Amino acid sequence: MKRVTLVFTLAFAAGFTAQTATAQTLKTVKDRGMLSCGVSQGLPGFSSPDDKGNWTGLDVDVCRAIAAAVLNDPTKVKFVPLSAKDRFTALQSGEIDVLSRNTTWTLSRDTSLGASFTGVTYYDGQGFLVKKSLKVNSALELNSASVCVQTGTTTEQNLADYFKGNNMKYEVIAFASADETVKAYESGRCDVFTSDVSQLYAERLKVANPTEHVVLPEVISKEPLGPMVRHGDDQWFDIVKWTLFAMVGAEELGVTQKNVDEMAKSDKPELKRAFGTDGNLGEQLGLTKDWFARIVKAVGNYGESFERNVGVGSKLQIARGINQLWNKGGIQYAPPIR
Amino acid sequence: MSTEARKPPPQFALKLKRALGGRAGWGGFAVQVAFAAVLAWIAYEIVANARANLESQRIASGFGFLQNTAGFDVSQSLIPYTGSDTYTRVFLVGLLNTLLVSVIGVFFATVIGFIVALCRLSPNWLLSRIGGIYVELVRNLPLLFQILFWYLAVLAALPGPRQSISLFGAFFLNNRGLVIPRPIAEAGLDPFLVALAVGIVASLVLRVYSRRALFQRGQLIRIWPYVLGLLVGLPLVTLLVFGVPITFELPQLKGFNFAGGSRVIPEFVALTVALSTYTAAFIAEIVRAGILSVHRGQMEAGSSLGLSRGATLRLIVVPQAMRVIVPPLTNQYLNLTKNSSLAVAIGYPDLVSVFAGTTLSQTGQAIEIIAITMGVYLLLSLITSAIMSVYGWRINRSLAA
Repeated sequence: MKRVTLVFTLAFAAGFTAQTATAQTLKTVKDRGMLSCGVSQGLPGFSSPDDKGNWTGLDVDVCRAIAAAVLNDPTKVKFVPLSAKDRFTALQSGEIDVLSRNTTWTLSRDTSLGASFTGVTYYDGQGFLVKKSLKVNSALELNSASVCVQTGTTTEQNLADYFKGNNMKYEVIAFASADETVKAYESGRCDVFTSDVSQLYAERLKVANPTEHVVLPEVISKEPLGPMVRHGDDQWFDIVKWTLFAMVGAEELGVTQKNVDEMAKSDKPELKRAFGTDGNLGEQLGLTKDWFARIVKAVGNYGESFERNVGVGSKLQIARGINQLWNKGGIQYAPPIR
Repeated sequence: MSTEARKPPPQFALKLKRALGGRAGWGGFAVQVAFAAVLAWIAYEIVANARANLESQRIASGFGFLQNTAGFDVSQSLIPYTGSDTYTRVFLVGLLNTLLVSVIGVFFATVIGFIVALCRLSPNWLLSRIGGIYVELVRNLPLLFQILFWYLAVLAALPGPRQSISLFGAFFLNNRGLVIPRPIAEAGLDPFLVALAVGIVASLVLRVYSRRALFQRGQLIRIWPYVLGLLVGLPLVTLLVFGVPITFELPQLKGFNFAGGSRVIPEFVALTVALSTYTAAFIAEIVRAGILSVHRGQMEAGSSLGLSRGATLRLIVVPQAMRVIVPPLTNQYLNLTKNSSLAVAIGYPDLVSVFAGTTLSQTGQAIEIIAITMGVYLLLSLITSAIMSVYGWRINRSLAA
């Protein structure tokens, strides 16, 4: 039902509203006093609610950082849980201001959905989860397997490409939500569960005996995951884009949640520019001078957020890998804040 | 030679005025035209505005996407389909899967519904209680819950492919579904089918003849020996002459799954079972109400003619009850078709799942796709209604005669 409601909202919005109304997301968010952020329906490490209903995760931190920069309060976020197939409609219809829901950046999504990606929060790739008892060591041994997949994802198409490319047969069973997909995999309906590798680690935590399942070594695709905003509002696009860059930049500059107040007093020119004691970069974005400090105070820098949510210290225990900073062997890179 | 044009009789203009404008006459007609024009204008504005706004936000619109390559696979398809086919093909695959589950669901729902209704009406205490419990239990639980129950409960109980339950080494049941031998056409198939068709047609002709004999001359002709000969004997003869019509490809365990043979996927079974048992509970109540609406005297009249209880029901009561049963029965058929869209919960590739789901999120063209999908369900419902109306009309006519 939710999907039909969303479509009607979209049809209504497209059919009746004048088009100028779309270009004022910043003002809308400020007037509302609340950021509406589209997240997953519960993916540990990226966006999931705890037993008290508090949302945590890497994608959630991006939402909180935007709320901190715009509203000076990281708690002023309304999280809207969306299934993979409903997410774009929710963004198009204006139900959410930003979509931060482990969404893969592709050309067609960037152009035909009326929305744009603002950056990459996590460089991921698609992999396979199988039961250890199958004694499979490589994805190339999966000929004639049954594969469970979540519908409405790039995963579905990569899967078709991979099996076709390697001349293997398979049976695909596509479910609407991640939970149903994992349940079917657990019940033995499928031999394989395929998704982004980070998600495989996260979902493995949910099955009965996580140690009996293994992620195969093959990574069959590029899945750069990032936030999305609607076309037609460049200011809002810049704000979301630079919020993430601020987090990555903060790590590069050595600014952490703990030392942010000391660093704000620093004499270093790049820190002075970032903290707004020199120049007015924040105001150029349509925000305040202390936007950078607000973001770091709220969620810490990118590395801190990564470690807290998905890193080796967290339940998911994922190594930084290519998500390390560019000067430490990874590819996370933020343009200069100047 | 000229003939004067005949003027329409004055009543004609009057009738037209009534038909178009009702009691208000031509004024009423003008109001209706104006109202229709306003509606059309609003509809036009909405479409034009939507198109302009979608364009300004650079959201793709139009139906061109139907020609693009889908690039994903589907677990069950009645027509040949691969990932390199177009979205149009995906639409057809989904539509056929929806139709398949609806038609089979309607059939079983009707059969189970009638049986349960007859159980409830039975003088046998145990039977009527069982019927009553079935109806109250099944119709009072949410359908989605029942679908998930059938899917997960049945899946959990079945073994993996390597430990399949085997029947005669040809049928295999496991948590990937039921694997059955696949029929392969041989040279003898065509004559066999022709003989079968001839047999069926001839049997129908015989039936019409015997009924006419019964109704017009009161003559009872036993036709079943001839029908048996036509339906079984004739094909058997062609089989001996032309050889076997089909052979079977036996399924074999290969890798993870069975190779060869045909497979009925568990999603389909779970959905069909859930839909037909659920709808059957409602149909049972409708049938019971219909039968009870026929006067007791009819039943008594039947038994006084020496007919058995079953024959009285079949020949006298049910035909009269059908007049009451058919309209609400149509509703249940429509519900079943529409409820089949819950398939997405258990991964059955119906229209909503593959078209309004996967295709929508891949193309992002929500308005077009939802419009098409709604149009399809509307059309299916209207066709079902039309068929049932014709059926209802025929019953009424035959009862009135």
